Amino acid sequence: MNYWWIIGGVLFVLLNTAAGLIWLERRMLALWQDRYGPNRAGPFGLFIVLADTLKLFFKEDWIPPFADKVVFVFAPAIVVASVLMSFTVIPFGPNIMVADLNIGLLFFLAMSSLGVYSIVLGGWASNNKYALLGAMRGASQMISYEVFMGMALMGVVILSGSFNLREIVEAQRKIWFIVPQFLGFVIFLIAGIAETHRLPFDIPEAESELVAGFHSEYSGMKFGMFFIGEYLGVTLISAMLVTLYCGGWLGPDFLPGVVWFVLKTFVFISLFILLRASMPRPRYDQLMEYGWKVLFPLSLLNLMATAAIVLSLK
Amino acid sequence: MFSLIRSMWLVFLHAFHKRDTYQYPEEKAPLPARWRGRIVLTRDPDGGERCVGCYLCAAACPVDCISLQAAEAPDGRRYPGFFRINFSRCIFCGFCEEACPTYAIQLIPDFEMAEYDRQNLVYEKDALLINSQGKYPGYNYYKVAGMSISGKEKGEAAREEPPVNVKSLLP
Amino acid sequence: MGAAFYIAAAIAILSTAMVITRYNIMHALLYLIVSLLSVAVIFYIYGAPFMAALEVIIYAGAIMVLMIFFVMMLNLGQQSAGDERHWLTPRVWIGPALLCLFLLAELVYLIMQPPAPPAGEIVMVDPKAVGKSLFGPYILAVELAGMLLMAGIVGAYHLGRQKKKITHRFLERATQ
Repeated sequence: MNYWWIIGGVLFVLLNTAAGLIWLERRMLALWQDRYGPNRAGPFGLFIVLADTLKLFFKEDWIPPFADKVVFVFAPAIVVASVLMSFTVIPFGPNIMVADLNIGLLFFLAMSSLGVYSIVLGGWASNNKYALLGAMRGASQMISYEVFMGMALMGVVILSGSFNLREIVEAQRKIWFIVPQFLGFVIFLIAGIAETHRLPFDIPEAESELVAGFHSEYSGMKFGMFFIGEYLGVTLISAMLVTLYCGGWLGPDFLPGVVWFVLKTFVFISLFILLRASMPRPRYDQLMEYGWKVLFPLSLLNLMATAAIVLSLK
Repeated sequence: MFSLIRSMWLVFLHAFHKRDTYQYPEEKAPLPARWRGRIVLTRDPDGGERCVGCYLCAAACPVDCISLQAAEAPDGRRYPGFFRINFSRCIFCGFCEEACPTYAIQLIPDFEMAEYDRQNLVYEKDALLINSQGKYPGYNYYKVAGMSISGKEKGEAAREEPPVNVKSLLP
Repeated sequence: MGAAFYIAAAIAILSTAMVITRYNIMHALLYLIVSLLSVAVIFYIYGAPFMAALEVIIYAGAIMVLMIFFVMMLNLGQQSAGDERHWLTPRVWIGPALLCLFLLAELVYLIMQPPAPPAGEIVMVDPKAVGKSLFGPYILAVELAGMLLMAGIVGAYHLGRQKKKITHRFLERATQ
């Protein structure tokens, strides 16, 4: 019974976080651009979330006649499903965890690699030039950045000796992994931004060149799924950064573990929004070159150095 | 790499800057006096219409949104019989103001003229003619140009110079 | 455990059958992904979570994405689906189908054989055990695979190398 409460609670909190991020992102972007952002409906403009959700629900749910209908419909569901599945292995608190999987970290990587399909299939099924270009960019970006993401994570695995995220958190009791694994942390952060195709790496969407990229043809709640999937992805990467590098729910005892976890996650979400506010979008080939020529060797170096140091200390 | 972090820091510092937004309906943006907004027809200091119905504004208008018809009063003075501006077409370029020889048509700093019905954006003369001298207080066209009255042509009254012959090159 | 296995196995077989029978290559690839995922589930049920994760990450997540990537670039639409339907006459598929039928018969015969020695309890093979066996008894195979991959990397580097341009591209024709 308790188990179902955890699942329900996590799902409730996550979906509300994703919706609340609509408001949070607009307010924080406005703050950094010397504006106010939404501040009319409700206290601090919070009801904009409600208004946006209603708008998405009541928009015409249009399937273009030239699209591949079945694939077009289920592509947006993949992204939300895969991201939500990833959340099952994250320990939100000492005992708050949906699935205590032995291979938690690999499960996260597997689910994030499945998330690529929503972009690829959505872009392909739209049967539209811009959508296809966006999908191609998205696929190549996400496949290549997944590689360094996995490589960077292996440093954490070497230090903690486990794929289980709960054990990884426990292994950080003495010192957070952000200190010994700083390079890995930076690589994972960059790869995480690319993986959720957030700005500045929003190359698959790139409004200024590709209309809206892979979701050009989507409207209504089907677009809303992509939208929520993106915000859930931001939350997921932030939660993973906290779990893997910043001690998860560990923290001084005056607050419960969950609160520490939420606070740290919030800091990283704000960092994502700050990145969006301050960075220009790189060109597609620059992004790939940066990934393969800089991040990939760096992540290999990080892995080898970590392994060598751990072995020599034994 | 360092420049990226520096730009992130600078953007972060903007959190503590003053916001540039005017909270519009409560707080109006300050508009300069010569801001080109709603078009009005002004009156001279005596309260008479300045417009003489010369059609120059209608000719100057690039989008042809001004239409009027001149009429003549019993004292020989011209005035617009009707004057109509279609604000759904107007681009607020201010050419009509420049073309006007009598400073009658003026653009004033007011932009709050949204309507639900498009037809309501066609302003007639009673809506355009305001009870004010606009940007040129004290200017009276007829005081400068002179006016013929019944029985006397321009320049024939006592202590009045004959009108300048604009077609002559002589001083 | 039993029910989960049968569901996953049924999905695997069904989706594989769909892969063969689809005319639209994109749909066929999607069914192939479903098939790979259900095989991963079976791996997980029978105590190989590491294998299951790798199956999803590498096969479903990377290789199939690349396949879809190439199919996407080839712009195969309704017309090629029609072509496919046109080519796939019984004359073409009956030979391989018969051969496969023989194999299936053999498989059924083997399964029907008197009880095989009972399979032991399901043992969870954790990542550590996989690593130990890879770098212990199977080190030679790992090294060989590494060499193969190295050849692949060198080849990719050679193909992807760009000559440094000295002149502007507009002037190239003039200098030739």
